[in-house]
Amino acid sequence: MAGIEVTALHKRYPDGTVAVDHVDLSIGDGELFVMLGPSGCGKTTTLRAIAGLERQTTGDIRIGDTLVNDLPPAERDIAMVFQFYALYPHLKTRDNLAFPLRAEGLPKPEVRERVNEAARLMRLGPLLDRRPRQLSGGEQQRVALARALVRRPRAFLMDEPLTNLDAELRADMRTEIKHLQGELGATMVYVTHDQVEAMSLGHRIAILNKGRVEQIGTPLEVYDRPASLFCAAFIGSPPMNLIEVEVADGNLRSQGGLVLPPPPGLPRDRRLVAGVRPEALEVTEPGVERSVPARVVSAEWLGDEIIYVVDHSGQRDVRVRMPPTVRFAADAPVGLRHTGGTPAVYDVSTEELVA
Amino acid sequence: MGVSIDEAVSTGPARDHTPSARRLGGRGRSVLEVALLTVLAVVMLFPVLWMIETSIKENRDVYAIPAKFFGFTVTMDHFKDVFVAPGGGRSALSVSFLNSVVVAGVSTVLSTVLGVPAAWAYSRFAVKAKKDQLFFILSTRFMPPVVVVVPIFLMYRQVGLIDTKLGLILIYAAFNVPFTIWMMKGFVDEVPAEYEEAAMLDGYTRLQAFWRYTLPLLVPGIAATAVFALIFSWNEFVFAIFLTSSDTVRTAPPAIAGLIGGTTVDWGLVAAASVVFALPVLVFAYLVRKHLVAGVTLGAVRR
Repeated sequence: MAGIEVTALHKRYPDGTVAVDHVDLSIGDGELFVMLGPSGCGKTTTLRAIAGLERQTTGDIRIGDTLVNDLPPAERDIAMVFQFYALYPHLKTRDNLAFPLRAEGLPKPEVRERVNEAARLMRLGPLLDRRPRQLSGGEQQRVALARALVRRPRAFLMDEPLTNLDAELRADMRTEIKHLQGELGATMVYVTHDQVEAMSLGHRIAILNKGRVEQIGTPLEVYDRPASLFCAAFIGSPPMNLIEVEVADGNLRSQGGLVLPPPPGLPRDRRLVAGVRPEALEVTEPGVERSVPARVVSAEWLGDEIIYVVDHSGQRDVRVRMPPTVRFAADAPVGLRHTGGTPAVYDVSTEELVA
Repeated sequence: MGVSIDEAVSTGPARDHTPSARRLGGRGRSVLEVALLTVLAVVMLFPVLWMIETSIKENRDVYAIPAKFFGFTVTMDHFKDVFVAPGGGRSALSVSFLNSVVVAGVSTVLSTVLGVPAAWAYSRFAVKAKKDQLFFILSTRFMPPVVVVVPIFLMYRQVGLIDTKLGLILIYAAFNVPFTIWMMKGFVDEVPAEYEEAAMLDGYTRLQAFWRYTLPLLVPGIAATAVFALIFSWNEFVFAIFLTSSDTVRTAPPAIAGLIGGTTVDWGLVAAASVVFALPVLVFAYLVRKHLVAGVTLGAVRR
């Protein structure tokens, strides 16, 4: 296993589109590193550049101590799992697993031993003599993972491997991948557009947007203090409420009078936006202490929780996460108050976190 | 590998047809359909049947007036004449059949060997002005052979390719390569590039990945394409009659045509030679019919 260093990566296509603008990543040995972002943000291009399937315009990629810029994919000693599995349809599972080993020219007994080991690890025993089209989506993806394992590569690259599975299987496979990664201590770079996947899997998450890294941090850091308005709007479901505020009487005050505790070191004379998680707000009976008058627009009953969408003067569609026991009818006049800690505060013009 | 394609040409459409036929008028319509189709079949198949009949009639019956549809004496003499010369030994026709096999076979192999990798390259790589290049390749098929045969005749005379099998092979291959590229590109597009990328990460070079991985998946497509190319080369007449003259080089189509034009025409021999000529293509097309249908539809329709 080895770490991966990506320095000043830039990828421009002949037609002029810039897929990756300037990306620096430092991925540790044995780390599960997630690249998260909307489609077209450059995450897959970055991954393909690491794999060697795409040649970067400028910038360096190191795997371990080796500068791999000019190495073909085969010589980078990495394995990749694709969204569409890319199992060879004319080969049985057994031969699919053996394929990369035969490419290395390993002796037959060792090939057999390693295939069996990978099959045991991914519980593929009964599937070894089937062809890919006789396997379900989940089974195919397990085979694809096993094929990546069998090589014992220095790093694993995962390109949205769970996107084509249904929700239940996806959750199972997520657990499986996380478990496997921990057991092998494997370096893994995992690309996804699914924030749940990113949050649950990643040791660290890089959020990419328009070919640039917006934030790198642990799932908790990324969730609690998004580094930019983009991250704030991207992470969390429902996402953060972005509420325009100004500093008054040592507090943050919204237009409608909602009062938030101020973080230290706030700059003066700038238009500010506070990012408030739905669970840091509370819908109350009208007139409760510290609450501002609001009105319920709609409620999403999710069983274990209710997401209220409320308007309060001048601020539309504020989302509030409430336990399912607290019930208000639509259009009901209610109170809205802040119950969480200090919010993240952003500068409207730079869209960056200021405090 | 070929299975998805076989499934694509399963009996599905035929089954779909039944309810709509019933809806549009039931029994009366289907009787009319059958009647019309029978008339059409008779009109279409009559020349073929007449050719087969003539090939097994004795000369007396061939020239009989009124023509005999039934009750003639069956003979295989004409077929013997196709292969055996009157004084014994091989006939000129049998040599021309052999020439046809060689010319059509080699030119098909050549156009496949050249066209498949080209199609792969056009499908996978960012080639400069790709669309223009592909259009240029297609444009070489715009002109019918008869338009270019005179300049090619003059060029061939300069380089000594007139009246050689090599000359015919080259010109047929040149005509088939654009077709192969276009048809195969459709097939290659259907095979996701991820497979090759996976193979490259697994330790193979790009060329090995293509050879060991993509190529086996392309076999049905290659079969369909090759059959089309083969049929073109086998049936080609214009180039063959202009560019070859001697019996040892001539292919079957001009050789059979050459049987007509003396003072008397041995229609029995012409018919027998035509049957022998038509048979291989029919058998071949029948054997690969599934792939042919798939080749026509799959290459054309994008999912």
